[in-house]
Amino acid sequence: MLRGISVVCSWLIWSFLACSASAQEVDIKPIIAEFAQAKKFRDVEVIVEKLGATGDSRVGSSLRALSDGKLKFRISDGEVFIVEDGSAFDPITREKISIGDGDPNSFKKVKVKNSLRRKIAATLSGLTLKSTSVERRLRSASTIFKNADARSLEALETALVDEENIDVRVAFSDAKAAATLASDRSSDEKLIAIDRIIERGGSDALSLLSRFSIRADGELKTAIDAGISKIQSSLAVWASAQNVWYGISLGSVLLLAAIGLAITFGVMGVINMAHGEMVMLGAYTTFAVQELIRASAPELFAWSLAIALPLAFLVSGTVGLIMERGLIRFLYGRPLETLLATWGVSLILQQCVRTIFGPTNREVGNPDWMSGAFEIGHLSITWNRLWIVVFAMAVFTVLYFIINRTSFGLDMRAVTQNRRMAGAMGIRTSWVDAMTFALGSGIAGIAGVALSQIGNVSPNLGQSYIIDSFLVVVFGGVGNLWGTLVGAMSLGIMNKFLEPYAGAVLGKVIILIAIILFIQKRPRGLFALKGRAVEV
Amino acid sequence: MTLFSWPNRTENFVGVGTKAALLALAVFAVAITFANLAVPVGSALHIPDYIVALLGKFLCYAMLAVSLNLVWGYCGILSLGHGAFFALGGYAMGMYLMRQIGTRGVYGHPVLPDFMVFLNYKELPWFWTGFDQFWFAALMIMLVPGMLAFVFGWLAFRSRVSGVYLSIITQAMTYALLLAFFRNDMGFGGNNGLTDFKEIFGFELQSRETRAGLFFASAVFLGLFVAITAFITASRFGKLLVATRDAEARTRFLGFRPEKVKLFVWTLSAVMAGIAGALYVPQVGIINPGEFAPANSIEIVIWTAVGGRGTIIGPVVGAFLVNGGKSWFTGLFPEVWLFVLGALFVFTTLFLPKGVVGTVREAWTTRRSTASRVTKRNEGCIQTKNGDQTQAVAAE
Repeated sequence: MLRGISVVCSWLIWSFLACSASAQEVDIKPIIAEFAQAKKFRDVEVIVEKLGATGDSRVGSSLRALSDGKLKFRISDGEVFIVEDGSAFDPITREKISIGDGDPNSFKKVKVKNSLRRKIAATLSGLTLKSTSVERRLRSASTIFKNADARSLEALETALVDEENIDVRVAFSDAKAAATLASDRSSDEKLIAIDRIIERGGSDALSLLSRFSIRADGELKTAIDAGISKIQSSLAVWASAQNVWYGISLGSVLLLAAIGLAITFGVMGVINMAHGEMVMLGAYTTFAVQELIRASAPELFAWSLAIALPLAFLVSGTVGLIMERGLIRFLYGRPLETLLATWGVSLILQQCVRTIFGPTNREVGNPDWMSGAFEIGHLSITWNRLWIVVFAMAVFTVLYFIINRTSFGLDMRAVTQNRRMAGAMGIRTSWVDAMTFALGSGIAGIAGVALSQIGNVSPNLGQSYIIDSFLVVVFGGVGNLWGTLVGAMSLGIMNKFLEPYAGAVLGKVIILIAIILFIQKRPRGLFALKGRAVEV
Repeated sequence: MTLFSWPNRTENFVGVGTKAALLALAVFAVAITFANLAVPVGSALHIPDYIVALLGKFLCYAMLAVSLNLVWGYCGILSLGHGAFFALGGYAMGMYLMRQIGTRGVYGHPVLPDFMVFLNYKELPWFWTGFDQFWFAALMIMLVPGMLAFVFGWLAFRSRVSGVYLSIITQAMTYALLLAFFRNDMGFGGNNGLTDFKEIFGFELQSRETRAGLFFASAVFLGLFVAITAFITASRFGKLLVATRDAEARTRFLGFRPEKVKLFVWTLSAVMAGIAGALYVPQVGIINPGEFAPANSIEIVIWTAVGGRGTIIGPVVGAFLVNGGKSWFTGLFPEVWLFVLGALFVFTTLFLPKGVVGTVREAWTTRRSTASRVTKRNEGCIQTKNGDQTQAVAAE
């Protein structure tokens, strides 16, 4: 008996569940089936509205198919399918359905036109307003805002009531304001909406208001025009902030490329034309490390840069050490000869790399924590640029510390200022020379690790930085790290401010000419070392 | 004016070596032209056209090296931007040649060169006017590089920018021009440059006679440049030049104006480089912004260094040696050339600072003076003075 009851109960429950499931499906299915009977566009529109009114997210696939012209019905029995590449799919579940002979003439398309497509898009965005994914809701709100779609107004208002996420609420209210402006509501409501849009700001708001400015009149027009000029001036401020940021970012790149040179050229007075190749070696070390990690231990990829940093320092530093011991030390006091010999070394290094890694560009991957971007206000900041700025500052600080606070730095400065006296005090000057050169080259190597993250790695990488780096050092003043910092940053920022007016290439030309003229005026750079020494 | 007084007759302003070199150049030019044009094809003595074209190019490079030697070898100004003057002269010549195309371009426009039609120019830019006349183009070939050098040098030497600083800003100068000439709206053909030339002075550019003529003209100008260098260095001005190179401050304290000395040779050298470029362009048939590349300018320095800076014929020898080597290597093992070139830079600065000609000359004079010393010792003369002299010659 008990057993019988339980069987009955389970049957009841089962049938109830089945019923409720099919009940929901039945809700949409007959509406979709109505498409087969729709004779005019108006009929189709009514069906779309009905589908939208269900608020069921499952209608999405059939609506999208309708918009794309893929929603068809079978002429024989009026059954609706999504037909794509000759096969038919269920309009709700998108499961593939076998349709026998599959003759294309046995189907008829549900007609759409552009106004209907807009209607569908609005309905769809109304549906996504209820999506469970926050990102999706934000995206649909921003679409509504950009299109200022009055039809989404009611959907937005209902969605706003239930919305709990604060970001999404803000986005919804912005979208609501835009929709209100497009709707036929009272001008008081519209004025509030305009205030809201002005508060939001940004280029989207600007283009939205400019569109309405043409149509509006009376106090609405004055409010909109006032808003436009307000947004424009705030955008101008943001644009210059963006330029400053780009400038700082470019300046950091220049700083990284030039800071090793500031040591070899600035402190030691050695012209190292192979400096750019030290940067290139660092970049190729990163590439090699990543290749090795990809091949043997992919889980370490996020750490690839951290592994590459010390290696790049070692590789470039060793090459620098060999150069100093084998070549440059014979040429001290003959700067022009040093320039030529190191240029020769740079050609050899380039050709070596070309022979080993090939002449084509190599792509170095970005670890996850370096890709993507975020926004502060209307300022978009990419992570890799931010990290490079941070990294450049860190390198600068460490180097500054080494030169001014360590005994090695003390030896280095002593040898720079008076070689013979330093020797007499027991400093091994030739050892200090070698180590200083190795340090400068090693720094160039770790600059290469950073620079590999923002551009392609090719054998010519070094050459593209060498002239800029020399100019930074010469502009900033030789023998002074602060000069290099200020020089790099000011060149970077100047460059980015000139770009919008003069174009990238002409801007660079102007900068070059400006530096050439500047050196005439102050031959020893911005931060020249003061002294009584006459040039020899 | 006294600076340019003729050298003392007894001093014999053109040395024996230079005279021999000029003579050899004349013989070389006549022989090559003759062997190319008059000796029938198939004869063992015939020189094929491509060799003439190649040697013509080398002659232009040699001119360029001679012009650099004037500032670097004798005045100590290491220019890393001489390629810019070369290219500017080349562009001036290229503009003349473009105007000579007339209606024979692809688009057949009567006035505008092809690239301007392609870039939707409505009329000729103002700086192209006059280039249909050769006298004007010839003037510009000298004036444009000369003026640039004059302004640049005036600014640089006046504020005593010297040594590596000067080298770096000359490099920046050619780099800036490289970037500028790559722009399409500069009106110089963008990165394609100027090409598809048809004729020069009404002669077909592709014909053998014209090519041989251009080769011969290059040889004549090279001879002229060598003679100018010899004349200048032998004059009183030449002494001042070397004085400026070796001890600028001392020269200034003696009451001379080193900046004026430098400015003069610097500008003269740029004009020479411009002429070299102008002769180069019709022979290779193209001029593009690549000529402004800093690497090209540094290569000129190595020609001069290999041959021997501060010697009159050294740069010519260097240009032929290095470029001959380049043609040979890039033909046989293209991969190896950059290794060789790089090693050449290192080797020359470390082991051959005086270059081939300088080293040979030094060995020659040492041997001769040793020989004379031996004779004199036999005659019982005092030797110390003579020893000093040998050292002085060697140091020079």
